[in-house]
Amino acid sequence: MNTWLTTFLIFLPMVGAALVWLTPFSKHMAGAVATLVALLEVALWVIAVERFNFATGDLQFEQQHAWFRDLGSSYHVGQFGFSLWLIGLTVIAGAAATAYAWWAGRERARAYFGLMLFLTGSVVGVFAAQDLLLFYAFFEAMLIPLYVLIGVWGGAGRLGATIKFVVYTVAGSLLMLAAIIVYGLQQNTFDLTQAMTSGNRWLFLGFAIAFAVKAPLFPFHGWLPDAYRESPPEVAALLSGVISKAAAYGFLRIAIAQFPEPAHHFRTLILALATIGLVYGSLLAFRAPDIRGVIAYSSLGQMGLITLGLFATNELGYDGAVLQMVNHGLISVSLFLLAGMVERRTATGEFALLGGMAKGRPALATVLMIVGMMALAVPLSSAFAGEFLILAGVFQHGWGWAAVGAIAIVLGAMYSLRLISAVLHREQGSAVSDAALDLRRAELAIIVPLILLLLVLSAWPDAITGHSFGHGGLVAGIQAAFQAVAK
Amino acid sequence: MINKPHVDWFALSPTLALIGASGLLLLVSVLAPKRTRKPLAATIAGAAFLTALVFAIALTDKSAHGAAIVADAIFRDRWTGLAQVLIAGCGLVAVLISYGERWREEHVGEYYALLTAAGAGLVFFVSASNLMTLFLGLEWFSIALYVLCAIDIHLVGSLEAGLKYLIIGAIGSATLLFGSALVYGATGSLGFDQIAAGTHAHSGLLVGGLAMVIVGLAFKTSAAPFHMWTPDVYQGAPTPVTAFMAAATKVGALVVTARILVTAFPSEQHLWTWALAGIAIASLVVGNIAALAQRNVKRLLAYSSVSHAGFMLFAIAAANTLGARSLMYYLIPYCAMSLGAFAVVAARERELGAPVTLENLAGFGWDRPFLGVAMWVFMLGFLGFPLTGGFWGKIYVFSAVYQHGWWWLIVVGVVATMVSAVYYLAIVRSMFLRDSVELALAPVGGAPSREVALSIGVAACLVVTVGSFFAVQPLIDAAHAASRALPF
Repeated sequence: MNTWLTTFLIFLPMVGAALVWLTPFSKHMAGAVATLVALLEVALWVIAVERFNFATGDLQFEQQHAWFRDLGSSYHVGQFGFSLWLIGLTVIAGAAATAYAWWAGRERARAYFGLMLFLTGSVVGVFAAQDLLLFYAFFEAMLIPLYVLIGVWGGAGRLGATIKFVVYTVAGSLLMLAAIIVYGLQQNTFDLTQAMTSGNRWLFLGFAIAFAVKAPLFPFHGWLPDAYRESPPEVAALLSGVISKAAAYGFLRIAIAQFPEPAHHFRTLILALATIGLVYGSLLAFRAPDIRGVIAYSSLGQMGLITLGLFATNELGYDGAVLQMVNHGLISVSLFLLAGMVERRTATGEFALLGGMAKGRPALATVLMIVGMMALAVPLSSAFAGEFLILAGVFQHGWGWAAVGAIAIVLGAMYSLRLISAVLHREQGSAVSDAALDLRRAELAIIVPLILLLLVLSAWPDAITGHSFGHGGLVAGIQAAFQAVAK
Repeated sequence: MINKPHVDWFALSPTLALIGASGLLLLVSVLAPKRTRKPLAATIAGAAFLTALVFAIALTDKSAHGAAIVADAIFRDRWTGLAQVLIAGCGLVAVLISYGERWREEHVGEYYALLTAAGAGLVFFVSASNLMTLFLGLEWFSIALYVLCAIDIHLVGSLEAGLKYLIIGAIGSATLLFGSALVYGATGSLGFDQIAAGTHAHSGLLVGGLAMVIVGLAFKTSAAPFHMWTPDVYQGAPTPVTAFMAAATKVGALVVTARILVTAFPSEQHLWTWALAGIAIASLVVGNIAALAQRNVKRLLAYSSVSHAGFMLFAIAAANTLGARSLMYYLIPYCAMSLGAFAVVAARERELGAPVTLENLAGFGWDRPFLGVAMWVFMLGFLGFPLTGGFWGKIYVFSAVYQHGWWWLIVVGVVATMVSAVYYLAIVRSMFLRDSVELALAPVGGAPSREVALSIGVAACLVVTVGSFFAVQPLIDAAHAASRALPF
């Protein structure tokens, strides 16, 4: 069973997708089946957590089958501690997004829900793949449903948004493909667990740019505002909450782990870009005129922060980055779904037309307030723990990074508070009618579990920081490689 | 008294099955009553391609040790065998696509006769082992295709296509013939093996001949700058013919190009690798950039086929066994994707009664989900996305050129792929991201999407395209066995 667990996690949603596509379900039924499959996936993940041995840092639930022997590529999947958490984020966010879409009632339901499940499966595949070509296949496979999900069910500007999104990501991932091929042929295997580390800076850049586009990091974020604004809210939630983490994961698992020397060489540059992204994104989020703009640009900032933690290349940084990946994932999924809920009531996300929604809507006010507080990283929140660890990690490379990072966190408080007050407080906006209802029970059922998870993590951040890397294994190897490079 | 060579009838069986069927079909077109002519002719043609397929598979299986046979006129080996399997498969699917085409009744027998004749020519062409059989095979399938392109005489585009193909094709053939004469002059032999054995010094005559042979074959591959007939002919010819040409002709021309260069001109390798790399890059540049500007889907796919010729020429230019293997592997999903894509275009064309453009594909994916999803898969396959064999094909070709030491060709290929994303996704965009209502399209002519034969053909292509992703290793093994026939 254990060896098959990862494969089940990847293919359960895919099988669910095929089921939804091929069975002539009604609109309602398709949503129900998809949500059920997504919840089963969460249950499967809980089983995986329960069976996972957190003491060791080695690959677990590993499975390998010959696939393309000629090139030394195989179907090889498995999970490290941190991949387990990221997979958890994926399946939970996937379930929330699917359930929200069911509740919101998307047209062409069978196609829609199939694509959502397919997307979930391929993201899980990205986090589990231990073979570079398999990783690339899943990485690209994510793009297929996203393209259609944004392009068909998105807002008015969706065509432009999809073109931008696809051009950026395809360009990035093809650079990665070139790097993968050269690296794999040099190593004579595409297996990440067998390939040696490489000192080739061009290959590192091929990977780094692909991940920087996907995350996105400054200055590769050109696709971000359009894609986040024009997507259906639950797709935007997955994009910023989950798919951006695939890029961060790639930085850690491939760019840093397999290329320690180039990562060391380019560290200052990447730290600088990440810091710029953090400050710039936070400033733009503060200036954004609508809810989604704030979340989108804050995502840019947060991905900068996470990258900062990863390229601190010490255990504090890694722990903080993984914790912050999960935090930001949960927060931004919640925020996008809340944005969707607000937009359903007011038909707009423009701050100029919103305001005063707290009055008579206690559930919405409470929920948005809690998530907003999480997003601004109030002390005792899990986001605070994550940001603190990251800054502590990056502090070891110079106090300047940490200082700028701390300033950006203040900016985070500013944009979060602005979001909260612009939606909930002030005068009642012209788009807000008294008839607009409070959150419905179904909406609460989707959003409250996410908030509970955030509260649990706030009380017990060690659940992730203490259970991501274990002893020995990947990170020990990375640290040894870095010490060798530093000498 | 002429010495009769020993004839290996088994080795000739795919050719004979097809040419025999062609003769039979000519009789059918005269003797069979009008009512039964169409189903009868299609059945015979389908059966012929199926027979050829079975023979080719058996032949591949039983030709582990390659040899030149029938007085050194043709090769019997797995390289030939696998190519014949592909061509016969293409023919079979082409018959399925053709069935629903609204042929004028009096031509239907001849159409299938010509299709099987073209198939026979191609199957013979890929087995050629000397310059004489090479030219014979080339003219054989070309002449059949010239007529096929022009068969819809009431369509101006079809006539124009036939004429254009005839003239430019004739130039290509003449170049090839002239080149063959020069090679013969330089070496005194016609057989590929003997040419290789006879050349020691670089003679201008030989190099000139080699260049002309490459150019002559490049016309058939539709590689730039010898592609100028491709968009017009692909657009003008009846769509099932285009489908067959895009898939089977490409198999024939590329397989033979690889064979003749590797077998007959190993000593000139440093010349032809560079020449092919140049042609390949030109094809990628021209094909991809020109495709960006197209609105007509057949034309767009024609330019896409030019760019894919570029990718497959990379494999030959790599001049190693990995390259030969990757060429053979690439051709498998490529044929399926080409046939499938043109089949979908044919379905839409029959539905609308008008040429298919990016505009009038709008909403197609939602109205005809099976064909729409299939087209989507084919486009992703052309683009080299995972879940299709196109993904492995590209990676494999890149591996081959990397092994040759040309990592920069990977960069060229990657940039070309990026550009191609724009137009392949434009088709997906038209089909799924726009509504047919938006354009107020009124389908004419019943419900041809229910056409069973075409749907079976598309389904087969879909299975091969996706199957070659998952079951890549068995196909690679077959390609590997085939590439052993070439003397690397």
